[in-house]
Parts: sequence; structure tokens; C-alpha cells
Amino acid sequence: MLSEADIGAIWLTFRLATTVTILLLILGTPLALWLAKTRSIIKGPVSALVALPLVLPPTVLGFYLLVFMGPSGPMGKFTEALGLGTLPFTFWGLVFASLLYSLPFVVQPIQNAIEAQGERHAEVAATLRASPWDTFWHVTLPLAKPGILTAAVLGFAHTVGEFGVVLMIGGNIPGETRVVSVQIYDHVEALEYTQAHWLSAAMIGFSFAVLLLLYLLQHRKSSRGLRYGI
Amino acid sequence: MHMRFHGLRQYLLGYGHSLKTRGVALLTSLTAALAATTVVADEVTIAVASNFTAPMQAIAARYEASSNHKIRLAFGSSGKIYAQIRHGAPFDAFFSADKEKPAHLINQGLAEKDSRITYAEGKLVLWSTHSDLVDDSGAILKTTRFNILALANPKLAPYGAAAQQVLQNIRLDADTRSRWVQGENISQTYQFVASGNADLGFVALSQVMRDGEIVEGSAWIVPQSLYSPIQQDAVILKRAADKPALAEFWAFIQGPEARAIMAAYGYSAAQGKHSHAE
Repeated sequence: MLSEADIGAIWLTFRLATTVTILLLILGTPLALWLAKTRSIIKGPVSALVALPLVLPPTVLGFYLLVFMGPSGPMGKFTEALGLGTLPFTFWGLVFASLLYSLPFVVQPIQNAIEAQGERHAEVAATLRASPWDTFWHVTLPLAKPGILTAAVLGFAHTVGEFGVVLMIGGNIPGETRVVSVQIYDHVEALEYTQAHWLSAAMIGFSFAVLLLLYLLQHRKSSRGLRYGI
Repeated sequence: MHMRFHGLRQYLLGYGHSLKTRGVALLTSLTAALAATTVVADEVTIAVASNFTAPMQAIAARYEASSNHKIRLAFGSSGKIYAQIRHGAPFDAFFSADKEKPAHLINQGLAEKDSRITYAEGKLVLWSTHSDLVDDSGAILKTTRFNILALANPKLAPYGAAAQQVLQNIRLDADTRSRWVQGENISQTYQFVASGNADLGFVALSQVMRDGEIVEGSAWIVPQSLYSPIQQDAVILKRAADKPALAEFWAFIQGPEARAIMAAYGYSAAQGKHSHAE
């Protein structure tokens, strides 16, 4: 059934997806809020940039990240100047790549949820002397909760299923960059189909459980509001 | 990525070819009516392991120039092609990167036993883009002057298994292991080194050699005594057993012209017909 290496890959994938989801919610929420509220002329270009990772095939994105984060790329030069070395072949390299890759999946649901609220709630809060900060924490964010949950689900699932990018910048290092999708690919390439089936089944079962849990939470906590067809 | 575009190009080319073939067929039948002899242009689709992409394109082009048959090429990793053939992919022949997968296909009754040939033998090279890093005995491996050593995954790629063998034979396996990064195949391993992310790596000589010269950087062509030969086998698949174009191409690939192309790309010439004694 599952070997030690398989279990190591599952644990690593879980760690990666969780780290990426948390970071994306922290970084993506203010970005989504800004995109939802702004009337700036750079709103269009920024929205387009956020959606751009959807366009490139993952292996192509991965290839350019390999060049961009490598010792002769701008990002690589920057991280080396900071004394961090270069990012490819490290866990944090994967985190950085996944942030880019999954960004649209997190920003867009949150942005939609905030936009759908309109101005009214915030205006009412302001007449009750709520500061913008109070309004954000106690009005905008709670109302956007279904969108945030959707964002978390999509960000997590997308990172778990990520393959092309990791393949290009990972280097297949156990416990560091060898995630489940790469491990399954290795099994298939080595003609170890039985092991590939077991690991795929485990990955699907695990992801189903996580997603189901999130949806149940959402269902219970928000009987009204935006559901995005869920 | 590279391969994706490539696949598309092959597809478009193939489409062009098939139109052209129809044109040729029409012309041929007209000629035949006049001359009362029939020449049938055949089109065959050959799946090729990605490490052999460049020489195979050159060989197929040379073959087509001297034949009225057409060759369509599809490139991919041997493992993927193998799985596709098992599930009915419309390939007529398979040029693998190893000996095992063609043997499996024969055992499963999907390939012609008698068609198996060892068409090429790959050579391993330790390569760096830095011009002074690798000397001609690979002494760099004993030092700490490199951070990352790239090799293909030994479990998947014959070049990876050979690289591991070399490191074991020079007893540097344990010392260097913490600095290994593994490519899923030899093309990816090449990208790790070419992009400068790995200081050096074990790649295929065919990737860094053009016309008998190392293209850039520094390299150690690993002595054959340090690893078992990287033999690449090809088979004709059962569905295409009676295509005359394949028999002709089989002769061509073992002939002097094809061998010269392979040598220019850093492969040893083919060993000829496979011995069934193995």
C-alpha cells in the first residue's frame, strides 16, 4: 500500500497547501478589498495581472520561475543579495511559486463577495461612528465570509493539485519538494501502477474529506448570503 | 512546455504531411496509370523518447528526402509513451530510452519480437555552464566548490541510473547526496544546469554536443568503464507489423547515414540486431 516515501509526500503536500492558503488569505484579502473598492485607473491592469497565472500552462510558468528565481534571474539576484540563496529546489521556493499560481483563485471570490455587498452596510456603519478599521473587521469581513471560505477551498485544492510548476522548480527532494502529485507521476513513470493507484486514491479521499469539512462549515455558518453555487 | 509546442508543431506538420501525402498519392496513381507500376506512399507514426528528439528529427528528414514514405514523430518520456501504447495509442513504432519498456511490450504481445533493435547507445557527461568548473577527470565532485549537483531521477531515467552508478564507483555517492536535485527526465536535468540553478549536473552528451563539440561551459565525458551502457531499444508495434515503410526505415536507422547523424549528436552507433539470447 502506501510506502514511507508516499506518506512523507502526503505530509509535505498538506504542509505546503496549508502554508500557501494561510499566506494567500493574508495577502489576498487586502488586495481583494482594494480591487473591490478602488476607482483607480490601475484597477484594470492589476486585475489582469492577478488573473494572468491562469493563462500560462503550469510547466511554462514553472520554467520561467526557474529562470526568474535562478542565480541569473532578477529574483535570484535579490534573494542572494539578502543572503537567502536561491529559491528553486526549496520548500519556500514552492511556497512562492504556489502563491503566484493560486493567487487568482483566492483574490477573485473575496473580491466578488465584497463587491456584492455594495456601499450601504459600510455607510450605515459609518453613521454609527465605526472607524474604517472597525467597519472592515466587523462588517465587511463577516459579510464576505462565504467568499473567503470559497477562496480558502480553491486555494488549498489548487495547491494540492499543483504539478507542472513543482515539477519544473522542485528537483524532487524528499521532505522538501517531492509532493504527492510528483510522487504519483514518479510511480507511473516507473510503471509502478499499483502504488500510483493507492496514492491517488489516498489523495482523492483526503482532499474530499477536507473539502467536505469546509463546505459543511460554510453551510452551517451562513444560511444566507453569497454562496457561489455551493 | 517545450514539448507541448513541439507536439503542436508535429501535429500541424503531420496534418500538412497527410494533405501532401494525398496529393502525392493522387499524382502517383496518375503516374501509375501511365507507367502501369504502382508506388504506394505510406505514412507511419513513430513515438520517440524525448532524449532522442534532435537526432531523430534529423534522421527522419534525411530519410524522407530519399524515400516517398512519410514519418510522423511524437515525442515524450518513455514511461508515458509506454502507458499510451498499452492503452491503444496509434503509434506504429516506439524508440525507447531504455531496454526494459520495449521488452515489456513484446512480453505483452503488443510489439513484434523480431523487430527489436538497439538503435543507439547514450553517453553520460558531467557538465557545467561555467567554463572552468569541470576538468577532464571530474575532480570537482571531490570538492565543496559546488552547491547543487543535478541528475535525472535514477528510478525513472537511464541517465539518472548511470549517474548514480558513476558516483557509487568513484565513492562519492554519500558525500554528494545532500547536494543532489533530481530532474524527472534528462531534459529537465539539463534545464536545471543550463538555467544556472545547479552548478553542475550529469546530462546526456547528446544535449551538449553539436557536430562533435561541447557547445558551452565545461564538461567531463565520463569514461564508459564507470557505468553500464545506456542502450536504447526500438520495436515495431503489432498493429504496424506489415507496413513496408517501417521495414525500410528499420534498415535506414541502422545504416551509415543514420549512424553518422547519431555520432554527431553524441550517441554511439547502434549495435545492430538485438540478440535474442538475453
